Amino acid sequence: MTAQTVVSLSGVEKTFELPGGSSMTAVSGIDMEIRKGEFVSLIGPSGCGKSTLLRLIGDLTQPSAGSVTINGKPAHQARLDRDYGMVFQAPVLFDWRTVEENVRLPLELMGQGRESREARVREMLELVELTDFARHHPYQLSGGMQQRVAIARALTFSPSILLMDEPFGALDEMTRERMNSEVLRIWEQTGITVIFVTHSIPEAVFLSSRVVVMSARPGRVARVLEIDLPRPRGVETRESRGYFEKVTQVREALRGGEGRADEGIGSVERAEAEGLIG
Amino acid sequence: MRRSPDRSRGLAAAAGQRSRVGRIGILVVFLVALVVVWEGLKFIGGDPWRYFGWEWHPPVKIWFASDLDLPHVWQIVGAMGGPWRRSADQSLFVYLVFKALYTWREAAIGFLAGGVLGVGLATIFIHSRILERAFVPYVVASQTVPIIALAPMIVFFFGNNVMSVVIIATYLTFFPVTIAMIRGLRSPDPRALELMRSYAASRRTILWKLRLPASLPYLFTALKITATASIVGAIIGEGPGAIQDGLGWSIISFNQQYITDPSKLWGAIFVSALLGITFYLVVRIVELRVLRGRPQATAG
Repeated sequence: MTAQTVVSLSGVEKTFELPGGSSMTAVSGIDMEIRKGEFVSLIGPSGCGKSTLLRLIGDLTQPSAGSVTINGKPAHQARLDRDYGMVFQAPVLFDWRTVEENVRLPLELMGQGRESREARVREMLELVELTDFARHHPYQLSGGMQQRVAIARALTFSPSILLMDEPFGALDEMTRERMNSEVLRIWEQTGITVIFVTHSIPEAVFLSSRVVVMSARPGRVARVLEIDLPRPRGVETRESRGYFEKVTQVREALRGGEGRADEGIGSVERAEAEGLIG
Repeated sequence: MRRSPDRSRGLAAAAGQRSRVGRIGILVVFLVALVVVWEGLKFIGGDPWRYFGWEWHPPVKIWFASDLDLPHVWQIVGAMGGPWRRSADQSLFVYLVFKALYTWREAAIGFLAGGVLGVGLATIFIHSRILERAFVPYVVASQTVPIIALAPMIVFFFGNNVMSVVIIATYLTFFPVTIAMIRGLRSPDPRALELMRSYAASRRTILWKLRLPASLPYLFTALKITATASIVGAIIGEGPGAIQDGLGWSIISFNQQYITDPSKLWGAIFVSALLGITFYLVVRIVELRVLRGRPQATAG
């Protein structure tokens, strides 16, 4: 483990006891290292345990076997040290609080002084471009804006890791793409380590520095793909050849390794044939 | 995509204005209809009407529409303006309002005590499944004992004083608050609880910052019920408690005078109803202020 390692999983297994005495293994044999400043996506079919893995990293559930080490300490200690920012699929904003009060919540819990608190909240609202909506209530905002508030809230106390569990799964495609760019901008500005659970292959490829492809029953790491597309990424990225190649690689990894060799036609050529790229 | 919240808020306010006017209109229509039905029944089946030399003999006999069972509305209004007893200076209405204020004080203390007790019990129950399993059945069972049976017992234990009346009002109010708050304190999204855990928040912090604020709509639903229940409890308690300064006593004594003057009892009934409605509205106004900004606050 190098000094740069933020998350280290070794031999992690999670088994749930089911009513009736049987048990279900959600994830098994997970070994993984995530370095500081990485953007890692977990992708896989439903029931592959990617959310469970995220919750194990965040100490919201404990492994049945193996160990989760965060910044060189156990996950439990990392949670007590407030190393995690969480963003869920739903924004989970407190509807009795205004936007700025929601963003302020973690700072209140952590006993930060009023003045530095207000300055920090303003800074965060600028980061997610919601300064004009500071005094609005959550229900007055669109879904995408609510999710930006949730991101601001997760970042406000400068955690070292941002855990995102399908954060844009409930948004429409257009909003989702804009939120993807937004998240990349924030990630680049803050240099935070992001672990991102998603169902969407394009989203995983567009955002990540590494994509972890998982297989189901029990959840295992099937393949890890480095995404070395140039940064900063933008609209051009989504239209580039390299991007399509990576999307195809992830898709094939998800299908369980039936490669292009079997089909006798390259992914880029196929994309061209389907009229996706010029 | 960006809605203009200021504009929509303006529209909502205008709609609120309109619905408030509409609601007052509905209330007036309802009251007029009540008087029309009331007097209509007397016109069809009551005692003969004799006013300024004019006579009307209703064609049929309705058993509850006689002047004794159902006095004319104007008789009740007239009695309200007249002295509350022969040669008294105070009008019946003023007299009853003072009695109502006294009863309201007892009810309000019971209402607050019941509210605190209910919130406290619910807080304990949601933090301990064992205590919940052990005690909730008794909380429920306590409510199956009729208050009429229990009131004399309470007076026996605590004596003929306001304390007994307050305890009766508390007994009637803590239950809805307990049940609603068990639900309300458990109402937060499980992910909101996980979010709090990710901040390493203590149980107390979670209670204070998440569970209690989330439960307020449930609390106010219960408080609107207990506002009226506390007044019923206080009125009932005044009888066995022998408290003579409240509405309960007026109702008992005017009931005894019913044969000679039915309008007085009706007057006491209306003032009791008025008191209940007023207390309800006070709670409703507080609710609107406390829940301001929440999406549910505009409803009901």
